[in-house]
Amino acid sequence: MNYFVLLKMVPDTVEELEVSADNKSLNSEFLRFKLNDPDEHALEQALLLKEKFGGTVTAVAFEAPEVDEVLFTAVAKGADKAVKLAGDFSNVRGPACAQIVASYLKPLPADAVILVQCQAIDDLEGEIGVYLADMLQLPYVGLVAGVAIEAGGLTVTKEFAGGMRGEFSVGLPAVLGIQAAEKPPRYVPVAKVRAVMKTAKIETVDVTPPETPGVLAVEKMYKPEVAGRAEMIEGSPEEVAGKIVAILAERGLV
Amino acid sequence: MSAILVLAEHLKGEVSEISFEMLGAARKLGDELKTPVLAVALGRDASAVAAKLGAADSVLVVEDAALEVPTVEVTGPVIQQLMEQKQAAIVLIPGTNLAWGLGAKLAALTKLPYVNFCHGLKVDNGAVMVTSQLYGGKIMADVPLAGNRGILCVLPGSFPPDAGKSDKAATIEKPAVNVPAPKVVFKKYIEPAGGDVDITKQDVLVSVGRGIQTQDNIALAEELAGVLGGAVSGSRPVIDQGWLPLTRQVGKSGMTVKPKLYLALGISGAPEHQEGMRGASLIVAVNTDPKAPIFDIAHFGTTTDLFELVPALKEAIEKRKQGA
Ligand SMILES: Cc1cc2nc3c(=O)[nH]c(=O)nc-3n(C[C@H](O)[C@H](O)[C@H](O)COP(=O)(O)OP(=O)(O)OC[C@H]3O[C@@H](n4cnc5c(N)ncnc54)[C@H](O)[C@@H]3O)c2cc1C
Ligand SMILES: Nc1ncnc2c1ncn2[C@@H]1O[C@H](COP(=O)(O)O)[C@@H](O)[C@H]1O
Repeated sequence: MNYFVLLKMVPDTVEELEVSADNKSLNSEFLRFKLNDPDEHALEQALLLKEKFGGTVTAVAFEAPEVDEVLFTAVAKGADKAVKLAGDFSNVRGPACAQIVASYLKPLPADAVILVQCQAIDDLEGEIGVYLADMLQLPYVGLVAGVAIEAGGLTVTKEFAGGMRGEFSVGLPAVLGIQAAEKPPRYVPVAKVRAVMKTAKIETVDVTPPETPGVLAVEKMYKPEVAGRAEMIEGSPEEVAGKIVAILAERGLV
Repeated sequence: MSAILVLAEHLKGEVSEISFEMLGAARKLGDELKTPVLAVALGRDASAVAAKLGAADSVLVVEDAALEVPTVEVTGPVIQQLMEQKQAAIVLIPGTNLAWGLGAKLAALTKLPYVNFCHGLKVDNGAVMVTSQLYGGKIMADVPLAGNRGILCVLPGSFPPDAGKSDKAATIEKPAVNVPAPKVVFKKYIEPAGGDVDITKQDVLVSVGRGIQTQDNIALAEELAGVLGGAVSGSRPVIDQGWLPLTRQVGKSGMTVKPKLYLALGISGAPEHQEGMRGASLIVAVNTDPKAPIFDIAHFGTTTDLFELVPALKEAIEKRKQGA
């Protein structure tokens, strides 16, 4: 089996996000980038599949700040290969991204499983997994929370709602949008990542973004008007606790 | 003549609220653009679903077992055919787990623009403007739909559902379409594991998020739930970490809860979490970040550190009980 995991760097939303002066984009001056959190689950699922059914894991990311560390971390966790797609991606979104990845992946091995996360928080168009599957004419299932290899294909569990899930059988090769790996993403000590940085190599592949970037143009970006409904309770922890108890008591909840 | 298409969502015969939200929004859009609104009901029992969609000018029904659960591969081309037959220019797809990926697939098939996270819609001088909610609700983006054509993926909770409900008998059409043979085959439903506490039936929920930090700290919430006579639920990261069972997850993929009290501890209040708990009668949020979106929907809030507040709260409740 050949597992390809796509990793995406996104702005860290723990930091305050600021809109830039053109009112159409984020002010990149203050942005800190980190791996799209849930992508760890896509990587973890690939590593679990490798451990159980054999194969090789390739982590693929677009060139971006801090991305080397993310790729080395993937190797430290057990990925066999780390690939950085390099180019000018300033105007590249959803479909164009998919086109770049599709051309890198061709020719696709017959036993390829491409694991992406379902959705990144920053993409207006999003869901490159779907576009990628469409371009490569592969089946796609998103919101996957479990994968097994069975009878030459995949059996995948997809999350519905209300805790309900559905089971699907999927032919190979396939694209999976992973929502949650079967186990929490493994932890790897920084020391191990450092050691990997000294020995492992990231393969850099130059790519040319397609001529036709996204068709959508943002007219205005802004922070949502906060309804600010919550009445804030101030004071020492004891005072706050007292006030909450009073609120609960008023409603007969304590 | 063009049309607005709305994909109705249903699971096991039950029409989801999002279907009515979208119908209401489409109705308004259709009236302003003078365009008919057509609902789409797909699946084995689509006729039963269609009967509830009277707010649409008519309902396009395709009854086929292969459409029982939407898949990108089969449902995508079916909707594409309906779009062509009806010359639909705008399609509303539910931003739910079930319909996941359909919007992007339709965009890929039709080459129309796709706007994800649609949270608002308006018509300005005849031009449709979509508001998309990005970065987990922290940033909004207004995006014009060039030529009033596009595929929109609508976030649940964005529009009032009542506007899409109608007692009017729906006009049903059964267009002929080709249902492609899939490489993804739906096998079976997996029901949530029973045996655990049913959080949808609790009056009081103490709900923990990533702010709880470790599995060991869950005990703090358990103790507090104990004195409050409730149960502990959690946000996705807590469940993904395995700190609480899947049955305790609140939100888009988890349960929708409406307790009398929802005490959110260290939960940021992402849209996917809000989807599952905004109906609670009383929401009290504890989060050290004063800008956390949870405060937008909470009735009361405090920025006190949860690790300082929880013991104090437990003590205050116990004291009150002893006094009473
Ligand atoms: C398709 C899809 C489905 C999803 N389904 C769900 C779902 O069903 N349920 C769900 O919950 N999420 C769901 N999510 C994930 C969702 O987008 C968020 O990632 C998640 O809700 C965040 O969880 P959180 O608030 O616990 O964590 P975070 O967003 O990390 O927030 C933690 C909060 O804790 C606060 N905090 C930290 N320390 C303390 C302290 N000591 N005291 C007080 N506060 C503290 C921080 O200020 C922060 O606001 C889904 C996402 C997708 C894409
Ligand atoms: N530029 C990118 N580089 C690598 N992976 C990506 C990129 N864009 C999207 N992905 C993958 O697709 C997922 C969904 O992102 P998106 O399609 O932007 O919603 C991400 O979490 C990644 O797994």
